[in-house]
Amino acid sequence: MPFYASAKKFEMIQELPKISTSLFPKSDFPNLLTEVNGQALAYLDSAASAQKPHAATEATAAFVEHQYANVHRGVHTLSQLATDAYELVRGQVKVVLNAADRNEIIFTKGCTESINLVAQSFARPLLQPGDEILLTELEHHSNIVPWQLAAEASGAKVIAARIHDNGELDIDDFKAKLNSRTKIVAFTHISNALGTILPAKVMTQMAHEVGATVLIDGAQSGPHAAIDVQEIGADFYVLSIHKMYGPTGVGVLYGKLNLLEAMPPYQGGGSMIRSVSFEETTFAELPAKFEAGTPNIAGVVGLGATLDYIAGPNWNRDSWVRRVTEIGNYEAVVREYGVSQLAEIEGLSVYGDAEEIAGIISFTLKNVHPHDLGTILDKHGVAVRAGHHCCQPLMKRLGVPATARASIAAYNDLEDMDRLASAVIAAKEIFA
Amino acid sequence: MSWDLRDLYQETILDHQKHPRGKGALENATHTATGYNPLCGDKVTIQLAVNDGKIDEIRFDGEGCAICMSSASMMTVSLQGQPVSDAEELFQRIQKFLTANDESAAMEDIDTLGDLAALGGVRRLPVRIKCANLPWHTFKSAIQGEQSAKTE
Repeated sequence: MPFYASAKKFEMIQELPKISTSLFPKSDFPNLLTEVNGQALAYLDSAASAQKPHAATEATAAFVEHQYANVHRGVHTLSQLATDAYELVRGQVKVVLNAADRNEIIFTKGCTESINLVAQSFARPLLQPGDEILLTELEHHSNIVPWQLAAEASGAKVIAARIHDNGELDIDDFKAKLNSRTKIVAFTHISNALGTILPAKVMTQMAHEVGATVLIDGAQSGPHAAIDVQEIGADFYVLSIHKMYGPTGVGVLYGKLNLLEAMPPYQGGGSMIRSVSFEETTFAELPAKFEAGTPNIAGVVGLGATLDYIAGPNWNRDSWVRRVTEIGNYEAVVREYGVSQLAEIEGLSVYGDAEEIAGIISFTLKNVHPHDLGTILDKHGVAVRAGHHCCQPLMKRLGVPATARASIAAYNDLEDMDRLASAVIAAKEIFA
Repeated sequence: MSWDLRDLYQETILDHQKHPRGKGALENATHTATGYNPLCGDKVTIQLAVNDGKIDEIRFDGEGCAICMSSASMMTVSLQGQPVSDAEELFQRIQKFLTANDESAAMEDIDTLGDLAALGGVRRLPVRIKCANLPWHTFKSAIQGEQSAKTE
């Protein structure tokens, strides 16, 4: 299911007046009102980390000041209140992902930890010498290195499916690289460097046909697209909460119940045990088995408040899907406008032109290194990422050492795109 | 902290970036080192032909931002034909100039630096200091007989 109808993209631009109010009001995000180098901030680095709505930080502070205690421990009132608040959010995330069971939702300290958990607790015991882990050339280092560690420990091999020059997956190459030795298939839902939206459902079906288990890296999809893990058929799906306007230090691992139940714990500690003696320990049921130690309680509660901000009060699956679809469509319009402005600048190349694409604009400017571009844009109050985006294999594939990347969130508007384009022109003039 | 882009991208920097001096490979190199900034991807190779304690030839090659490439280009001009001891002394002055916390200490030798003084714009941009410094650290590694360098 596409996130938006691509053919409609240009129509949408025509229909839209020159919007200066964004889908999320900038005034809801105090940090967006910060001045940078004497300029109003045009924050275009949300793919690295999104800014936080005041409503969520305020709700988190209220929780910490009035309801806080450790969770899943004491019988005292505050501990119960904190546990209820924490567990409420597990239910919300279940709805966001459309998981079948709330015990399929594990809170981790981040997307990276979620992937490492699966690599170590699921893949490593499973892999035999000669087995294969299939990735794509689009992957972030955090969806490469954990698999390499598991492969090195077991004698398995990591291989990558190719992409086309426009950033789309070469689905024929992907299919050709699937075989009976393929035990794990891991790929990003949305490329952080190019914005490509991968056909997750089709890829998952193909992987399942050869008996492989599928992990989907949703670091970039969470805040921009409707996700349905059951519809996709994903075995594992991971989220990065700080990229979803939520707090840092919280990640989500979704795993099918039967897979999570069969896996050994990733870390040992408090909360994850049923009983402990020096001879033997028995482990707690899901999800506690994978949440050793005191979790990021305030962070998880902050996630809940962030979801409430995004979808409004009393949201449910339907209204969540409507809202994130609206967000994805809005960002697509802003992106198309931005690309159209940048395309007029001679010597500028945009990388990534997939049919299905999210709000990422990766670009280079002739004779200006991305780092110089990043500094000059910053001087104009425009915050972009300049570098390899933790995707060195992809940069090699594209034949560039680095790119500049503008990433779009629901609080960005067309004016931000104008600011970007005029700052790029200023950079060009310096190096003319 | 107020600064201007022209402080960073001075004419001297832009000139060396567009017309690099001392760029290319050195066939009779006695010392070679490659420096790499893993964070930003800047990469510089420095080659030296040292005879009787003197740098007869110096070349750089690599890819990186304007600050890094200009710094490397200016460095080859400054070190060409210099005694190794003078080159090492200049390395120390550059370190003080780029990284000393105390502004007046950093500026002490500015009149002796010639074109290299143009690198001073990075002092206001901590993340870019390593761009300017990478060629110098790579030179230092090369002269010490090491093959790789980092500016960490």
